[in-house]
Amino acid sequence: MLTVSPSPHYQSETNTTKLMCNVLIALVPAFIFSLIVFGISSLILTITAIVSCCFFEFAINKWLFKNEDCSIKDCSAIITGLLLSFNLPNSLPLWMVVIGSLVAIGIAKMSFGGLGCNIFNPALVGRVFLLISFPAQMTTWTKVQDYTIDGTTGATPLGMLKENILSGKTISQIDLPTFQDLFIGNIGGSLGEISVIALIIGGLYLLFTKTISWHIPVSVLGSMFLFSGILFLINPEIYANPLFHIFSGGAMLGAIFMATDYATSPMTPTGKIIFGIGIGFITIIIRSFGAYPEGMSFAILLMNALTPLINKIQPRFYGSNK
Amino acid sequence: MKTFKIGGIHPKENKLSAGKKIEPTPIPEMVYIPMSQHIGAPAKPIVAVGDTVKAGTKIGESSGFVSANIFSSISGTVEKIDNIADASGFKKQTVIIKSDGTDTWEETIDRSTDLIKSTNLTPDEIKAKIIEAGIVGMGGATFPLGVKLSPPKDVTITHILVNGVECEPYLTADHSLMLEKAEEICVGVELLKKVLGINTAIIGIENNKPDAIEKMQNAASAYTGTQVVPLKVKYPQGSEKHLIQALIGVEVPSRKLPASVGVIVSNVASVFAVYEAVMKNKPLFERVVTVTGTSVKNPSNFLVRLGTRTGDLFPLVGGIPEDTDKIISGGPMMGKSISSVEIPITKGSSGVVCMTENEAHRKKEQNCIRCGRCVEACPIGLEPYLLNTLAKKSMIPELLEHNITECIACGSCSFSCPANKPLLDYIRLGKAKAIQATMEKK
Amino acid sequence: MLVNTILLLCIIGVIAGFALYFVAKKFKVNENPLYGEVEAMLPGANCGGCGFPGCRKFGEKLVDSPTLEGLYCSVGGAETMDKIGTFLNKTIEKKDMQVAVVKCSGSCNKRQITSNYEGISSCAFSVSFYAGNTACSFGCFGLGDCEKACQFGGIKINPETKLPEVDPIKCTACGQCASACPQHLIELRKTNKKDMKIYVGCSNKDKGAVARKACSAACIGCGKCAKTCPNEAITVTDFLAYIDPNKCKLCRKCVEGCPTGAIIETNFPPRIKKEDTTTEANN
Repeated sequence: MLTVSPSPHYQSETNTTKLMCNVLIALVPAFIFSLIVFGISSLILTITAIVSCCFFEFAINKWLFKNEDCSIKDCSAIITGLLLSFNLPNSLPLWMVVIGSLVAIGIAKMSFGGLGCNIFNPALVGRVFLLISFPAQMTTWTKVQDYTIDGTTGATPLGMLKENILSGKTISQIDLPTFQDLFIGNIGGSLGEISVIALIIGGLYLLFTKTISWHIPVSVLGSMFLFSGILFLINPEIYANPLFHIFSGGAMLGAIFMATDYATSPMTPTGKIIFGIGIGFITIIIRSFGAYPEGMSFAILLMNALTPLINKIQPRFYGSNK
Repeated sequence: MKTFKIGGIHPKENKLSAGKKIEPTPIPEMVYIPMSQHIGAPAKPIVAVGDTVKAGTKIGESSGFVSANIFSSISGTVEKIDNIADASGFKKQTVIIKSDGTDTWEETIDRSTDLIKSTNLTPDEIKAKIIEAGIVGMGGATFPLGVKLSPPKDVTITHILVNGVECEPYLTADHSLMLEKAEEICVGVELLKKVLGINTAIIGIENNKPDAIEKMQNAASAYTGTQVVPLKVKYPQGSEKHLIQALIGVEVPSRKLPASVGVIVSNVASVFAVYEAVMKNKPLFERVVTVTGTSVKNPSNFLVRLGTRTGDLFPLVGGIPEDTDKIISGGPMMGKSISSVEIPITKGSSGVVCMTENEAHRKKEQNCIRCGRCVEACPIGLEPYLLNTLAKKSMIPELLEHNITECIACGSCSFSCPANKPLLDYIRLGKAKAIQATMEKK
Repeated sequence: MLVNTILLLCIIGVIAGFALYFVAKKFKVNENPLYGEVEAMLPGANCGGCGFPGCRKFGEKLVDSPTLEGLYCSVGGAETMDKIGTFLNKTIEKKDMQVAVVKCSGSCNKRQITSNYEGISSCAFSVSFYAGNTACSFGCFGLGDCEKACQFGGIKINPETKLPEVDPIKCTACGQCASACPQHLIELRKTNKKDMKIYVGCSNKDKGAVARKACSAACIGCGKCAKTCPNEAITVTDFLAYIDPNKCKLCRKCVEGCPTGAIIETNFPPRIKKEDTTTEANN
């Protein structure tokens, strides 16, 4: 007996798990770098985040949704855990990490219906929840004993910038890290965000494997460069160099890994570019004029909320007279 | 390298039978010739049970403007005129002819293989011959060629585009035809030029067939105004609309025919049939068919008499593989899966693909992760994920607003979906509902 | 402080109350109060079986139109319509009790499955691309469009036979399943209090031999039933018998004569004389 089905009778090799695994592979360089810089504490924190994310996903699926088919297999919970830990300072108490995981998986992801149904990026919701609930612990970047690279401080470059500007200094009076330090990751910060080069390697891998398209990272970084450039031209003593902006803080991590999250970013190329520009713009606004030194998470979450609206933009179709 | 602009995918090519010679097939004992092998009105049978026919005898008379004549493909006697299931399982009027074993052809047909390069026939006479021979678009759409050659008075045709793209995976029928009959195809193009009174023809071939490009370029160099253009490999380049954009950079406006931008597109197989019809007086009763599949022992291309049952082709490739679970008439992207091997080969069947048990089944459907791959893949620029949801909920006005009627059912969306959603199934359903709703409104 | 708060809240409450009062006065829509009352009498299923978009619109039509000809709510049935008729003081059109019947009996053991269908579970889609997974191209696909269309749970696909079965108690004869079936297998037929009815459980229009080969329960168009029927209720067109429900007197003679058992009788008392040969047909 033959099988009869409608065309196409051919499917691509890609599936959800493969795409998620690609993201995991792309995160490996940044993870290795965090291991080198922060040592064993980063490993413990990352494992805690991943294990608790997976546990909450499993538990909610099994006992709350009563799903037979568990969604752990698609690896998305591992990514959420890894990205969450990348956004946390290495000194954060582990119980806070678990709370962050619960918020990320339980509130941001599963309460909307699980994979693909969430409106906001789960890892960022977890991070922002922790940032607002425990601001002191979330902004303390302690020095690590085996941190061997020279010339580091506990504060993040953006934190230094904000603090000093608020206290009335100008940029030339602040001892900001060099671009080389920023690029390699010779700075303080959250686990995964410090090394620009490691993140770019991961990003190139994602682009090469066609896991993500270029639209979002390029438009986020491009618009950040543009808007901070305008401010820089207006007054270089108060507003930092555009390169400093795109190399510091969560800009790279956000642009390559956070903003490109499938479920929470627009579907069409045009939409993706609008989404990216929005993120870049809001980030620079928050960094330059807001109370927080870093605005990437908030910018991404705000644009996540606008995604359904951006998706309303219809792409032009072949043969349309527009 | 030229190609179309929006979307497109790269399915694994799997052209197993590429470069294989076109092999003649033994004359089947019985042929089952459906009266409807084309888009439009079915032909009316003009033979009765017991009549003796020769190969090339007209047995079905075209019954309208959009229709085509049908010819006997073997010599013998008409055994029965009955309703037989076609590839979809619906019963269609079919003339069943029993072979007398002699394979006598109509006397008017020139059976020699000499290349005839020129003719004294007038354009109208050529056109009449093409219409008489029952030639249709042999890429799968089966639109009668005669209709294409009679454009409305208010349009001027400027280009003839010849489709040698063969973007479907597995299929190599057109490829092998271009390798072996390059000269004849070029003469066929000249004939079409003469009918339309123009001198610009472009033959588009994807660059995964460099040997065919070379052969065709050599053959075409003898004719001014005929040009062979290599194209970047991308599915669905063989779609009429997309081939036009790839070759001359023009978009066919929505709901218009290619003639509205001054273009006529024809498949290489049809052009070859034109050559045979005009120069050799041979009506369309055989075609090249690829019989292939990953577990098929000896995948190859065959010159098959129309009406031969699909099952009769398998002995030629070393038997039907045991693990076959699905047989596709046509290519795997747009072909039809058939429910029995008794389905006859018709004018539009370009291939028979056997899918093994592992390949035949759809993968398990998962949650949509909103990755946007379907949007990227859609060659029309639609939003398949959205149409899928809207169609599921039967939201007709929204479906129309999102231009569901533009869908060409190429399957790029379903192909590229990492969650294995049956996007095209729902889109087809939604399209049918939307068209029905607009018809009712009128 | 506390007093201030309470006072403020009170003032807001009073102002808001007045605002609400004026808005309600100003924007009051004057409409026939009968609309609401009639709507309340209707079942409120909003099934669309009456041809109107929802019970409200149907209720408005009932109130507005001078006669009630052609207006009937099959869900509420005669009872509801009588009630509305007396309420509005209009005469209500009498309609026979109806129930949906499925004119296909090709269950798995009677109709051979010839291919595996793999695709979305929708009859409307399936019919658009092939003739079904059995040899009979007129029969039921078993993919449940009727079940999805029914708002009352009155028709369900039996997982064993892969055929829809009508629950005569739940069926309201709204006709949604009949219009959802792409094969046009569902007919609304006259029935009586005990739901006794006789109908041809087949829609195959192929020639007898072809139909018989495809399905052992097919109507082969032999015309035996038409000859036995004393009331001339049976006609055979395109090799398919049809029993006119208005002429049929439920004598059951045709059922006995049918060679393939394609004629189905329901809810009749068992035959006394002969052995019951039609147990299968009795659902």
